[in-house]
Amino acid sequence: MNHLDALESQSIYILREAFRTFDKLGMLWSIGKDSNALLWLVRKAFFGHVPFPVIHIDTSYKIPEMIAFRDRMAKEWGLDLIIGQNTEALAAGMNHTKGRVTCCTALKTEGLKATVEKHGFTGIIAGIRRDEEGTRSKERVFSPRGQNAEWDFRDQPPEFWDQFKTDFAPGTHVRVHPLLHWTEVDVWRYIRRENIPVVELYFSRNGKRYRSLGCAPCTAPIESRAATVDEIIDELESTRTSERAGRAQDKEAEDAFERLRAEGYM
Amino acid sequence: MTDRDAGAQPLKIVIVGHVDHGKSTLVGRLIHDTGSLPEGKFEAIQAMCQRRGMPFEWAFLMDALKSERDQGVTIDTAQIWFSTDTRKYVLIDAPGHKEFLKNMVSGAASADAALLVIDAEEGVREQSRRHGYLLHLLGVSQVAVAVNKMDLVGYSQERFAEVEREIRAYLGEIGVTPTHVVPVSARAGGHVVNAAPEMRWYHGPSVVETLDLFEAPLPPTDLPLRFPVQDVYKFDDRRIIAGRIESGRLKVGDTLLFSPSNKTATVTGIEGWNVSAPAISAGAGQSVGVMLDEQIFVERGEVASHLDQPPIETNVFRARLFWLGKRPLRVGNRYLLKVATARHLVEVQQIEKVVDTTDLSSAESEDVGRNAVAEVVLRSRGMLALDEFRAAPRTGRFVLIEDYDIVGGGIIGMEGYPDQRHALTVKSTNIFNVEHRITTPARWRVNGHKSGVIWLTGLSGAGKTTLSLEMERQLFLKGYQVYVIDGDNVRHGLSADLAFSPEDRAENIRRVSEVAALFADAGFIVITAFISPYRSDRDRARAIRPDMFHEIYVKADLDVCEQRDPKGLYKKARRGEIEVFTGITAPYEAPEKAELVVDTGKSGVGDCVGALLDYVERNFAAADLQRPGEQAEAKPGAPATRRASTF
Repeated sequence: MNHLDALESQSIYILREAFRTFDKLGMLWSIGKDSNALLWLVRKAFFGHVPFPVIHIDTSYKIPEMIAFRDRMAKEWGLDLIIGQNTEALAAGMNHTKGRVTCCTALKTEGLKATVEKHGFTGIIAGIRRDEEGTRSKERVFSPRGQNAEWDFRDQPPEFWDQFKTDFAPGTHVRVHPLLHWTEVDVWRYIRRENIPVVELYFSRNGKRYRSLGCAPCTAPIESRAATVDEIIDELESTRTSERAGRAQDKEAEDAFERLRAEGYM
Repeated sequence: MTDRDAGAQPLKIVIVGHVDHGKSTLVGRLIHDTGSLPEGKFEAIQAMCQRRGMPFEWAFLMDALKSERDQGVTIDTAQIWFSTDTRKYVLIDAPGHKEFLKNMVSGAASADAALLVIDAEEGVREQSRRHGYLLHLLGVSQVAVAVNKMDLVGYSQERFAEVEREIRAYLGEIGVTPTHVVPVSARAGGHVVNAAPEMRWYHGPSVVETLDLFEAPLPPTDLPLRFPVQDVYKFDDRRIIAGRIESGRLKVGDTLLFSPSNKTATVTGIEGWNVSAPAISAGAGQSVGVMLDEQIFVERGEVASHLDQPPIETNVFRARLFWLGKRPLRVGNRYLLKVATARHLVEVQQIEKVVDTTDLSSAESEDVGRNAVAEVVLRSRGMLALDEFRAAPRTGRFVLIEDYDIVGGGIIGMEGYPDQRHALTVKSTNIFNVEHRITTPARWRVNGHKSGVIWLTGLSGAGKTTLSLEMERQLFLKGYQVYVIDGDNVRHGLSADLAFSPEDRAENIRRVSEVAALFADAGFIVITAFISPYRSDRDRARAIRPDMFHEIYVKADLDVCEQRDPKGLYKKARRGEIEVFTGITAPYEAPEKAELVVDTGKSGVGDCVGALLDYVERNFAAADLQRPGEQAEAKPGAPATRRASTF
């Protein structure tokens, strides 16, 4: 069993535990490479099926190629797609100029919260990874959220021997993180091995490519000549720049991302 | 696609030790000195320190939470990736503060090896020991030690030798030999990656070389097959048994035994999606889906194995556990047990001892407090399929749940308890029960009393044989059909092929139970005199004829029995000449719902026999045996219609 086989088996185990545990389970699909790989793992775990809805929180500011990719893949893979949007905040004119963290909270965190409530989800699968960022590094695979979707990072449950938090109080929900133990380059290696489709924005055009995808106003491409998956893997093997370097909302304050996540951001 | 294209499997190292002994600093130093720090991270940490008006703090690399940085303490475990020239690593930073032990456990449990950090000035402290002990319990067997802050003790070789001696002695006692003990100054960078001119007296490897010398673990494919059922899927016309192989290998064509239901079926295929060719075998660590030749009913929680090496079946086991619950663990408390994919309600039957991890002393205790380690006996109502931790670690460990939370974890041992698999398995086939033409109640009417099994249980020396023989004599004189089956006697014949292992003792009791039940059918009052220490065995004996079974607890304290020692067995056991002896080296599980208790420590033989005879008269009377319309021949409460004894 090689490294990718081991990562894959562990993720499948987690997905099956989640499917068994939660009556109302859904998966967040950000259209990014990680959630595409995750969707692929779901089909591996359930022998070609995606036995729960896939949720996209649409801020309306996503890069247009992302939305086109979403609609194409949803049709091709026969997904039960739920699109969540905080239309109230958008109608009131919310955008990043009101403050990037404020905007993220309103359109992503609140948008997600409303969708979870509306559909009564008790389990939400998200494709975050420990190597992305410091607070995500401290996450649990099964991460309980309070009545208000908040993350109590000061008192997380113990989690060991692959025995996850599968018991939880009514009114709360659990975030499930099947990719937590993967790294950025692991995901790309898996995309290469399995031929998983990704948005073209990841590949270099005119000397620039997106390394991480988000909303257009807050996500910048990086300098890169990597135009194929092979070249991206080579680039990542040697880079010392962090993956979220192009994501502006992380940098507003020392603990901007921590506060975002404590309130329920993915 | 080659294995190289999959990338290298990183080795997972957990950094443990007492609070403030410099774990996070050592991690920061390792990442920096191996050139693994992301661009701009150093400057970001610098800015955070300046904002707080403090000198550069490496710990801020892993202490990603603002509250951790503000308080200067690691709250939760974190992971970071780095590489040496030899291989890739995941470093797991674990908090050293006692309050966050659950987070330390969460970090350490997934590690392949551990680095225990000890402050050279402070020496071995409470959490250094507790963490060392827990690593052992968590199954992390490769441990190296970094004696940190050597700069604070003037790089003294003597001080290092003292700390090294102390930690080696402690770890030695719990069966752990550190691979290396390295003198380090994480703050100054000495012996982390680079050499340390101040410590030329040390000739061993640096920390990073120590890590490179750890062995990468292999998946346990050479152990017996354990394939716990995670779920059964029927998304389409396939019925797929899904799960992860925890140990061993399975292949198409293998016959699988599912425990504890004891059903069998043959693997006809291993299913996959987006695979070039269907797999014909799979091994430990792989999440698979198997198809079976028969539509047997199996469900989550069952463990598939090969026929010749099945897991243990039992409803009681010993555990060494660490307790994380806010409320203490107590005898009689019930918890939800999770072992592999199975869930069972268990009760704490006994707390054998609570271990003080600071000096490894143990004490008897009524409860187990938060962060303590204890040895306990757990019992469930139904049968569990499990393994001893030393034989198959992944199916030999469990967690306990209270309310919604994991409150403890432990490893399983079976010392003194039998595997009950054989007692449960009916091997003969094509057998039919024959209806007798003479019913048992008809025999009762002829005998003038009811029949049944009077099952005496108690420690060796409690007086079972004495009481049974005297009871038999007196009942016989009164005209009862009565017979004693004695422990020593059956060992000469019926059970001459059995020894005294837990399994053999269980088999002996099973045979006696069946014979006793036949005697009861035949109209006899049969008295058995066996220690019969296990509740499960007695419950099985009861289950054969529940309405005719009378459990009598012949009670006497261990020291009373040991003083009596009629056969000299206690002396032999104390001298170590008898390996397994109830009350000394094997458990005695007192009855919970005995029909009668006679305390031979408090009452004499006469009184005890009196109580037993009284019990027989009350419960075996023939008064209610009359056919409709018949005149009662006896007054209630007295055994009547005695036939004259034959002498």
